[in-house]
Amino acid sequence: MEASAIIDILQPLVPGAVFEPGRSVDFATMYVPADRLVETCRALRDTPALDFKVLTEVTAADYLPREPRYEVIYHLLSVSKRLRLRVKVRVPSDGSLPTVQGVWRGAGWPEREVWDMFGIVFDDHGDLRRLLMPEDWEGHPARKDYPVQIRKVTQTYEPLEVSEEEFRANIERDRVKRAH
Amino acid sequence: MAEIRTETMTVNMGPQHPSTHGVLRLVLELDGEVIQSVMPTIGYLHTGIEKTAEQKKWQQVIPLVERMDYLAAQSNSLAYALSVEKLLGLEMPKRVNDIRVLIAELQRLASHLIWLGTHAMEIGAVSMLFYAIRERELLLNINELIAGFRFFPSYIRIGGLREDLPRGFHETVNEFLDRFPTKMDEFERLLTKNDIFRRRTEGVGVVTLENAYQWGLVGPIARAAGSDYDVRKYFPYCGYETYDFTVPTATEGDVYARYRVRITEMRQSINLCRQAIARISPTGVWACDDTRVVPPPKDKVYTEMEALIQHFLIYSQGFTVPVGDAYVPVEGPRGEHGCYIVSDGSNRPWRVKMRAPSFMAIQALPSLVQGGLIADLVAVIGSNDVVMGDCDR
Repeated sequence: MEASAIIDILQPLVPGAVFEPGRSVDFATMYVPADRLVETCRALRDTPALDFKVLTEVTAADYLPREPRYEVIYHLLSVSKRLRLRVKVRVPSDGSLPTVQGVWRGAGWPEREVWDMFGIVFDDHGDLRRLLMPEDWEGHPARKDYPVQIRKVTQTYEPLEVSEEEFRANIERDRVKRAH
Repeated sequence: MAEIRTETMTVNMGPQHPSTHGVLRLVLELDGEVIQSVMPTIGYLHTGIEKTAEQKKWQQVIPLVERMDYLAAQSNSLAYALSVEKLLGLEMPKRVNDIRVLIAELQRLASHLIWLGTHAMEIGAVSMLFYAIRERELLLNINELIAGFRFFPSYIRIGGLREDLPRGFHETVNEFLDRFPTKMDEFERLLTKNDIFRRRTEGVGVVTLENAYQWGLVGPIARAAGSDYDVRKYFPYCGYETYDFTVPTATEGDVYARYRVRITEMRQSINLCRQAIARISPTGVWACDDTRVVPPPKDKVYTEMEALIQHFLIYSQGFTVPVGDAYVPVEGPRGEHGCYIVSDGSNRPWRVKMRAPSFMAIQALPSLVQGGLIADLVAVIGSNDVVMGDCDR
């Protein structure tokens, strides 16, 4: 299915949003404005003709020095319709975009990884902590203006400074998150 | 008399724990033997391969991506090579595709053997590991034969393969394929109807299809919960549509179902290998004929000026890839393995991102084990078949 066909299905469901088909060599690509992202994703998941039930990954690319600097990329999969779709969101260098955890629960960690690596903020994420890098790391390594070879004093010999209160609060937070 | 205190106990499991398949750390909150919550911590094996890849030329990335999922090295490089070839618009000759299918299926067998051995060992059948590793050794010998490297052969290249198959390749593979089914019967006799094994695995770590999709789990975990999604069937690559095979599924979604799905998958892989090796001629083309990407044969380099120039250009400047992005998934041993690449038209990738099935599997781990017993956690980790190199990249 071409991107334009998917946009035709989506347009009445998300009125007023400006979708733009993207250039691609493999499968349909479309640009979605950040403020309508969650609505669009929900429509993509729940429309029977599309049925994008699986979010296979979330990633980003840094197009420095272009502005808007980042593109966040969502790869969607519709098993029943044998479809793939790439949803792209343009994010300016100081911008943010909403989380799609409410649509696909599996978006939590991939979004955390994107924040960790690129510093792109996902609003209302709730758990935007370092995932791959150490907790005390400075900067976001996958950015194009981040140096490739740097030396950083290793701090792994120091005990992790988490007080008992913080630790208990973490456990409590996980319990609350589990409830939904 | 003092009141009896009731509070949960927090236990740290890993990162150095024999059953965490590398360096996975789990903070467990326990109520007696029952798991209240799990907080996975990953990143101990993060090596920044994706960042490093941006500094290398396109062809030089192959050995790097092979080191991501180190138990299924050639699944990574196949996904990467297919993505780059997609952007370049290259079509592979049939023989190259058949060899790639054979390699991918042998890689699946090797990876599943490690899974089988460690999974069974962790829930008590220690001898299983030795039997599985012994068979995997033969697969590593095949790797050594084709590339001189046992773990990360880098045999799959952009534009085809590194070189032609060595002498004696067919005999070695056929010897393995003749021997292996009887070994599979042996493995199954040890485990499939084993009462202890079944009691440890049946009804444990159940995931429904709805939840599997919600967590982005596609691959053996979803297939054990009733999905029939297999990239090889849904989005065929390397000519998988011309092969005769079935996708094993189960509906229970528990650890035992995942075990059965993977075991049947191994038998299907043997079947696929047989079909592939029958199609591959002992000598023939091993790369496409695009001179931009594929270096000319050595005898021409030594005798023809143009070939020498081309050889020099490919190994010094590399080749450029048209502007754009591509994502080509392959069915790796752990699920959908895809490589997303972005090119800015230069001779180095702008961005390389591997879709890691283990990453998603670890994210979903808490939902699989909460409310279960701590002893079952080990069985669930084993059945999810996570590889930390794949997860942390």
